[in-house]
Amino acid sequence: MDALPLKPFEEMTPTDYAHIGLKCGLEVHQQLLTRSKLFCRCPAGHYSSSYDAEVLRHMRPTLSEMGEYDGTALMEKKTRKNITYRLHHATVCTYEFDDTPPFFIDDQAIDIALELALLLRLNLVNELHIARKQYLDGSIPTGFQRTTILGVDGWLPFKDRTIRVRQLGLEEDSCREVSDHGHERTYLTDRLGMPLIEVVTEPEMFTPQETAEVCNLIRKVCRSTQKVRRGYGATRQDVNVSVEGGTRVEIKGVPQIWRIPRLIYNEASRQVALLGIMKELNRRGVTPDTITTASKDVTELLIKASYAPVRSAIDRNLKVRCVKLCGFAGLLNTPTQEHTIFAKEFSDRVRVIACLSELPNIVHSDSASESLWPQDWQKLRKRMQAHEDDALILVWGDDRDVQTACEEIVIRATEATSGVPSDTRQPLKDGTNGFERVLPGAERMYPDTDLPPIEIPAERVNRARAVMPEFVWQTEATFRQGAMVEDDIQRLCISPRVLLIQRAMNELGLSGKLLGVVLAQRMRALARAERRPERFSDEALFAILQAHSQERLAKEGIAWLMELILVQSTKDEITDADVIAVLDELDIQKMTDQELQCEVACAIQAADRTQFSTVAKLRRFLMGELMKALIGLVDGRRVWDCLTTTLRTVEPNLAEQWTGT
Amino acid sequence: MNGKAATKTTDGYRGPGLAVLQRHGVGVWSDVEVQTMGGRFRGIILPRSETADDKHIVLKLNSGYNIGVAAETVKSMTEHGRRAANYKIPEQQFPIDAGKPNVVLFGTGGTIASRLDYRSGAVIPAFSPGELYGSVPELADVCNLRTEKLFGVFSENMGPEQYIALAKRIGQAIEEGVDGIVIGHGTDTMHHTAAVLTFMVQNPPIPIVMVGSQRSSDRPSSDAALNLICAVKTAAESDIAEVVVCMFGPTSDEYCLIHRGTRVRKMHSSYRSTFRTIGDIPLAMIDPQTITLFRDDYKRRRRDRNVHINPAYSDEVTMLYYYPGMKPDVMEAMIEKGYRGIVIAGTGLGHVNKPTYRALQLAMDKGVHVYMTVQTLWGFVGMYVYETGREMMALGVMPLANMLPEVAFVKLSWVLGQTDDREEVKRLMLKSIGDEITEREPYNGYLIYQGAVPEVQEFLKKIKR
Repeated sequence: MDALPLKPFEEMTPTDYAHIGLKCGLEVHQQLLTRSKLFCRCPAGHYSSSYDAEVLRHMRPTLSEMGEYDGTALMEKKTRKNITYRLHHATVCTYEFDDTPPFFIDDQAIDIALELALLLRLNLVNELHIARKQYLDGSIPTGFQRTTILGVDGWLPFKDRTIRVRQLGLEEDSCREVSDHGHERTYLTDRLGMPLIEVVTEPEMFTPQETAEVCNLIRKVCRSTQKVRRGYGATRQDVNVSVEGGTRVEIKGVPQIWRIPRLIYNEASRQVALLGIMKELNRRGVTPDTITTASKDVTELLIKASYAPVRSAIDRNLKVRCVKLCGFAGLLNTPTQEHTIFAKEFSDRVRVIACLSELPNIVHSDSASESLWPQDWQKLRKRMQAHEDDALILVWGDDRDVQTACEEIVIRATEATSGVPSDTRQPLKDGTNGFERVLPGAERMYPDTDLPPIEIPAERVNRARAVMPEFVWQTEATFRQGAMVEDDIQRLCISPRVLLIQRAMNELGLSGKLLGVVLAQRMRALARAERRPERFSDEALFAILQAHSQERLAKEGIAWLMELILVQSTKDEITDADVIAVLDELDIQKMTDQELQCEVACAIQAADRTQFSTVAKLRRFLMGELMKALIGLVDGRRVWDCLTTTLRTVEPNLAEQWTGT
Repeated sequence: MNGKAATKTTDGYRGPGLAVLQRHGVGVWSDVEVQTMGGRFRGIILPRSETADDKHIVLKLNSGYNIGVAAETVKSMTEHGRRAANYKIPEQQFPIDAGKPNVVLFGTGGTIASRLDYRSGAVIPAFSPGELYGSVPELADVCNLRTEKLFGVFSENMGPEQYIALAKRIGQAIEEGVDGIVIGHGTDTMHHTAAVLTFMVQNPPIPIVMVGSQRSSDRPSSDAALNLICAVKTAAESDIAEVVVCMFGPTSDEYCLIHRGTRVRKMHSSYRSTFRTIGDIPLAMIDPQTITLFRDDYKRRRRDRNVHINPAYSDEVTMLYYYPGMKPDVMEAMIEKGYRGIVIAGTGLGHVNKPTYRALQLAMDKGVHVYMTVQTLWGFVGMYVYETGREMMALGVMPLANMLPEVAFVKLSWVLGQTDDREEVKRLMLKSIGDEITEREPYNGYLIYQGAVPEVQEFLKKIKR
């Protein structure tokens, strides 16, 4: 196998990406934290893999508002899928499976989306129009997603530039796929109808890494509202990738941000490889106008073939067909992505569109691995009247599916003569991608006639503006100024404690570093210990921090007191009054120097000095004893200094021995 | 539509919206850049629904999304060109095969074939043979299809005028020699029309199949295609020479049921499986491959053309849905307004309260024909069981056995269109023409299962419904 057209992933530099003209855009989908689903009153956020009933549907393409058919829709029509929806009584009503028209759109969802639209500085629309976005894969039982645009043309600051945000949409989530074999596809409907927003950026990211960074930034903006869902699947992104001379290709539904860079790398590599293949084909005189193909039923010819998949197909009375692609010889093995060759482009189409999902579903004449015997290929070449520079692809299955498969192979081969086809591709675990469907266009949009437009008056926008959080990058800057460590900044800038932290910095003069330790690290440790620290109200935590700033509590004492209160209290919300009560009950006051000296003196007196060979050892022992008693109440440094001073007065003759140890 | 630069249409815009368009010299289908106080927007101006407010301009963005911009915030609008929608299902000549049966499809309106209407913001009927073939090519496997648009009304606007025209046209089509008739109809009153056609078109030699859809054909998961394929197949291939309704059996996209025109009723406002045979079993189930008959007591297809068209209809018939505490003046008002026939949907076995007797007496005195049906829909009127029933019969109220209230209404309208003779009316009303009254209610004619009951849940888990 030849090498990929790009350097290995780890060695690629921004200059390398600039060289191939990489451009990336994002579509970030984020579920909103609402009580109900978007167009019905089913509870949002309830998941269940079990089901009570099933409904079967088929999809047919329909015209767009402008009177056109969408390419994706026509593709899905060819697949002839039986789509089964699983229904659970707790998570769906008759709306989700399209037996009841939509109810009014959820107000809570609109308000959250407005807040986000303001944070992304979009031009807000004054009247929402619900559209139907066609999805003929069956992921939505109606065959379309109800969706609406709240704003266009916004921007985000990124490093020393801005990334433009094309639009923010509010839409209903789709089904979760259970399985897809042959002509049978099954979905769970629990997630269906959950409100989510879609943030679309312009293609203004130029490396895989910065695409991931911008994605993370958008996610942080969303989370900074505290009104979005979290957890696996609550945020998913589509990544749009193109290289110079290539085409916009969408990698759909990437669940984790860290997967983005490698996925982009592989897609970039694929596009560069496909452009290379196009050039070579054109050089050989194969263009969209001159491409020659043929396909024939060759079942009879291969009745004695040894290649197991073909053998088994013939045994099951299935058909085998051969497609001849003139001038394609030697190209099918061209690497496109890591561990992936050009032939997979054909195999993917056959799997998705002809529904021949049992792999391998094709074998080709360039194949270096297990294949037909050379004499079988010879027979096929003769039958197909193939020349040396022609490639052959075999495909097997049900008669009708195999016909579809051959048509698709020819379509894909024709596309190869003009470069990169517009695909929606699915991300695979190894960082490569596979064909999912033809990329849909504006043709799939249709106005929803079931719902009237919704006016967004200025007062409503103002209400959203009043409750929206500070821009997350401003929060980050404040925290950074307060010397908070970066890890804590990233955790806390999107936490519900942002206002508390800012107040503690401003009013109590506490450092960002300390607040990071307390509110990110200690809180997490307490959560891991199942103390449920989220029960602390902001005011309660402020009271604890205040006690520290008044020196009633040492740094170490903050976590100690927090744990103490959490252990003692069974309440679901712990208020500042609860904290003050505990401080009073334990009589936690600032310890004066005099009181501290007294404690130290008592400790020295109580110790059996003969046990220690040096004063240094004695001091270590005394420090341990004192901290046991004073932990949390007095800063360790203060105890150490006081102990040292006092010991000097008690044991002056030994001073030299331990000074500086 | 296509764009003529000279005339700027402003479909649906009024008031401030219209003023803004005119002020900036733009119109519907203009590709514009709009500067507003809330920022810049670029898109094509779409027509405005007449039921929407007059304060917003609708734009179609490049992405295909539509948005509304408040007219009062618009600072400027610059036209960059024009692009009109051209909503047209690709028309293809319907192939003719001499070996296949000839079916005619009459269009009356409804959602079986529809497209978007900007003015109303809803879907409106659109109907052409080529369009149908373009969107449901499977039809050509079954028959040679001819289509004819008779009316373009939603089903709630169907009435006597349409019933009569339809019955007459059916008669002509039968004489012309078609092998089957399909009638595209809105679903809301499809069962009224199915019943009235059963009475007006008697003894047809061919199937007359009514069909519609619960989800308009502009939706990918519409039931229109399967309904239409099954209806056309029924008309072309079945030997059921009756007026029937062919609509989704379960909500799943699996098969349709063929219901007798007089025993079918729309039972859910939005489900696909809304049409149910009441108090009996359907005639057959059908999918694109097979027709499975459930019974053999139907009238068979014939080669002759001896149909009897009787398009009589009186619009002086009304219905009274009884409710507890009803005062006699409601019915008295009907009588005083000149209604000659009243179908009551009574409670239980067919009852009304005592105060209503006064109105019943008036009806008898004035020669108004009063017939009793049941609100329960399932079951027979039983006026001998309780004293109330016997008293009402003494006041001239005629029980209509298990005739459905809507069927009784159209039948009485049809009968009073022919005669006012009390005995003749009674004879015609009680003589079953198409099973509007049946002799027996089969044990499986009443099936309203309740969810959550274990055996029902088990059924639901196993069977896609």
